[in-house]
Amino acid sequence: MISRLSLPNAVKGLPLPSWLGDVASVWLAPILVLAALVAAPLLLSDFRVALLGKFLTFAILAMSLNLIWGYAGMLSLGHGVFFGLGGYAMAMFLKLESAGGKLPDFMFWSGLTELPFFWAPFQYAWIAIPMTFVVPAALAGGLGYLVFRSRITGVYFALITQALALIVSILFIGQQPYTGGTNGITNYTTIFGFAINSPTTQIVLYYATLATLALTYLLCAWLIASRFGRLLVAMRDDENRVRFSGYNPAALKTIVFALSAGIAGVAGALFTPQVGIISPTMMGIVPSIEIAIWVAVGGRGVLLGAIVGAILVNGAKSGLSESFPAIWQYFLGLLFIGAVLVFPSGIMGLLRGEGWRRPEWLAADRLPGFAARVLPGVKR
Amino acid sequence: MSVPYLSKALGSLTSNTLKLLAGLGLILAVACGSEAPPAPASAPQGSAAPAAAAVESAPAAEESDTIKVGILHSLSGTMSISETAVHDAELLAIDEINAAGGVMGKQLEVVIEDGASDWPTFAEKARKLLQEDQVAVVFGGWTSASRKAMLPVFEANDGLLFYPVQYEGLETSPNIFYTGATTNQQIVPAVEYLLNEGKTKFYLLGSDYVFPRTSNLIINKQLEAAGLEAVGEEYTPLGHTEYSTVISKIRAADPDIVFNTLNGDSNVAFFKQLRDAGISAEDLPTISVSVAEEEITGIGADNITDHLVAWNYFQTTDTPENAKFVQAFQAKYGENRVTDDPIEAGYFGVYLWKAAVEKAGSTDVAAVKEAAKGITFAAPGGMVTIHNENQHVSKTVRIGKVRNDGQIDEIWNSGAPVSPDPYLDSYEWASGLRELAQ
Repeated sequence: MISRLSLPNAVKGLPLPSWLGDVASVWLAPILVLAALVAAPLLLSDFRVALLGKFLTFAILAMSLNLIWGYAGMLSLGHGVFFGLGGYAMAMFLKLESAGGKLPDFMFWSGLTELPFFWAPFQYAWIAIPMTFVVPAALAGGLGYLVFRSRITGVYFALITQALALIVSILFIGQQPYTGGTNGITNYTTIFGFAINSPTTQIVLYYATLATLALTYLLCAWLIASRFGRLLVAMRDDENRVRFSGYNPAALKTIVFALSAGIAGVAGALFTPQVGIISPTMMGIVPSIEIAIWVAVGGRGVLLGAIVGAILVNGAKSGLSESFPAIWQYFLGLLFIGAVLVFPSGIMGLLRGEGWRRPEWLAADRLPGFAARVLPGVKR
Repeated sequence: MSVPYLSKALGSLTSNTLKLLAGLGLILAVACGSEAPPAPASAPQGSAAPAAAAVESAPAAEESDTIKVGILHSLSGTMSISETAVHDAELLAIDEINAAGGVMGKQLEVVIEDGASDWPTFAEKARKLLQEDQVAVVFGGWTSASRKAMLPVFEANDGLLFYPVQYEGLETSPNIFYTGATTNQQIVPAVEYLLNEGKTKFYLLGSDYVFPRTSNLIINKQLEAAGLEAVGEEYTPLGHTEYSTVISKIRAADPDIVFNTLNGDSNVAFFKQLRDAGISAEDLPTISVSVAEEEITGIGADNITDHLVAWNYFQTTDTPENAKFVQAFQAKYGENRVTDDPIEAGYFGVYLWKAAVEKAGSTDVAAVKEAAKGITFAAPGGMVTIHNENQHVSKTVRIGKVRNDGQIDEIWNSGAPVSPDPYLDSYEWASGLRELAQ
C-alpha cells in the first residue's frame, strides 16, 4: 500500500536488476520530496522557511491521521485535540523558561498566586518533551479502549472524536487560570536558552521538524509493511473476519489510535515554537476537519499523500489569502469540492494513474458527440 | 539575500540531482505560496487601495516613491463583523492622506492581510507583513488574544503596530502604539462615575477571557478601596447565548448596577433575554464597555434603550472633525453605516503615524517612536496626544445613554483628555499591579 509510481518506460527498458526497480518505485517519490524539503531553506526567504516549517508539522499531523483513517479505516475528527495537547505541553515548558521563575502572565490576570502543581514538572525539558507524546497517547488510549471495546465503529467513532474536540476546546477556553483561556499561551522568548525568533533557531527547528517527518514516515512505512499493518487493513475491510481469525480488534485499534495521537502530539510540540502561539482554536472542530481534508486531497491510504496534501492545501491557503484577502476562502472551498468530486483518490491517486472521475453532469450521454469524444475517459 | 546561497548550493550539486530538484521546485513554490495565483491585478480589493497581491520584491523601501503600510484585521470568521469596519476606517484615512499628497510626498501603498479570527494566523500574517513586504507600519488587531499573538512578532522584528481597541491595560510593548483606551480611560472612570451616582451594589458580568477577567480584577480593587464589595461576579464562555440562569442570579443578588464586560454575540442574547424577562433599564441599569454603535445595530436598539455605555467617542460627539469624519465615512461606505469608538481610533491612528513620520523625516521605527512622543491630533472624538513614555494616547472619557434609534447621547464626560496610565500607577488602591504584571 506504499505509494508506487509507475516508472517511465525508458527506465523500465534498462537492464537493471528487478529489485532495484522495486526499490525505486517505492522510494523514489519520498526521496525526491525529502530532497526538495532539505534544499528548501537554501532557496526561500526566512519567512517562507518558517512557514514551510509550520506546514511540515501539519504534514506529520496529517500522516498520523492517515495511519488510522487511510489504513485502519477509523476517521478521527478530533485529531486537533492531540495536536493541541502536544502543543500545550511544549508551550508550558517554553512559557516557564521565558517567565524565569515568575508566574506566567495569564495566571496573574486570572488571580492565581502560585504555580499549579501540574505545571511544575513542565519546567524540565526531560519531562515536558516526552509528555508531548505521552499525554495525547494516554488520552487516545483511554478513550479508544472504551470506544473500541464497545465495538463502536465508523461514523459513530467519528462523532465521538468530534465531540472530544468540542469538549476539550471548551474546557481549555474555560480554564483560563491554567490554560491561558481563549488567548492560548504565547510570548515565549527563548528555547533552551536560544532566542526563539532568530533565523538560526528557526532553521534548526525546521530541520528538526523535517527529521521528525522523515522518521515518522519510516515508522509508518515499517508498521504498514509489517503483520500489524496488514491486520489494520484487514480490519478496515472486514473487522469480523479479523476477530474470527483470533485477533482482538479492540486492542489493535487502541494501540494504533494511541500511537497516532502521540505522533500528532509531537507535531504539535514542533508547531508551538515555530509559530509562537498555541491556542484552543487549534483544538476545535474546524481544524480537526481540516486535517481530514488535507489527507483526502493528498490521497488517503498513501503515506506520501498526507504529506503532499498538507503542504499543498496549507500553501494554497497562505498564498490565496495573501493575494485575495477578502475572498480567498471561496477559492479554497472550490479546491475542496473539486478534489472530492473529480479526484476522489487525491493527488497521489492522480499521480499513480488512477485518473480523474468525470462528474455525472459531464457523462457521455449528456454531451454532444464531439465533446464526449474529446474529454478524457472515465477510469473509475 | 538568497542568491549567493543559491549559486553555491547549485554548484555543488550534480546535474542529475538538479533535474529532480527543478521538477520539485515547482511543487515547493506552489506549496509556499510564493507563486501567486494568476491575475492579481484584477483582484477585487474593495475601494481604491492598490492591489495587495503577494509581492516577493526586493527591499527597496528607501528608494521607492511609495511607502508600504499593512492592515491586518479579521476579514473572515467571527470577528470580521467588528473588524471589517475598522479596516474600512483605516483605508479611508489612507485614501484621504494619499489624495492630499501622501506622507513626505510619497503615496501610501496598502498591503491587506486577513487575520481570519485565528490568533496563530495573526502571528503568521504579521511576520509576513514585516519580513516579506517590509511595511513601515501595521494597523490592526481587535481582540486581546490577537494582540498578544502579534506582540512577540513585532518585538522580534522591530516592527510598529497601531492597535485601535480599548483593552485591559497592564502592557507597554515598545513596538505597539495603543490608540484605544486603557483601563484608566474607560473602566476606572466609569466605576468612579457610578460611585458618585450613589451606586453601591455592583454585579460584574463578563465573557470568560483576559479582558473581562483583568477588568474585574481592577474593579474589585477599586470597590474595595471605596469600602464596597461586588455582590456577584459571573463569567460565561465567549459565544454563550443562554442567559436566563444568569439573569435569575442577578435578580437574586439585587444589584444597583450590572457592570457588563460581555463580548460579541453574547450581548445580543443577554439584552434580548433581559427585555423578554420584563426587566427595563430603569429596574436594572447596566453599563457596558464593549457595546458601541456597531454592536447596538446587532443587539437591536429597542433591547438596550436607556442602558449606559462608556467610551471615548460616540457618533454623536459634537466636534467639527467628527461631522467631517462621519460624512466622509458614510459617503464612502453607505448612508446606513455607523461609526464608533474603535472605528475612530483606527482612523486617527493612521494620522498620528503620519504626523510622527513627517516629524521624524523617516519611516525608521526608532526615529518614528522618538518623534511620536507628545504628538497631538484633532481626532473626531477630540484632541488626542501620544504619551511620552507608554505609547498610549490621552483621550476624553465619555459616558452615554443608548437612544431608541441606536445612537448614544452623552450624559457625562471627563472635561479634558485623560492621560493614559496602563499600570494604574497613579491610583493608590492599584499599587502592586505593575510589579505583578511585569
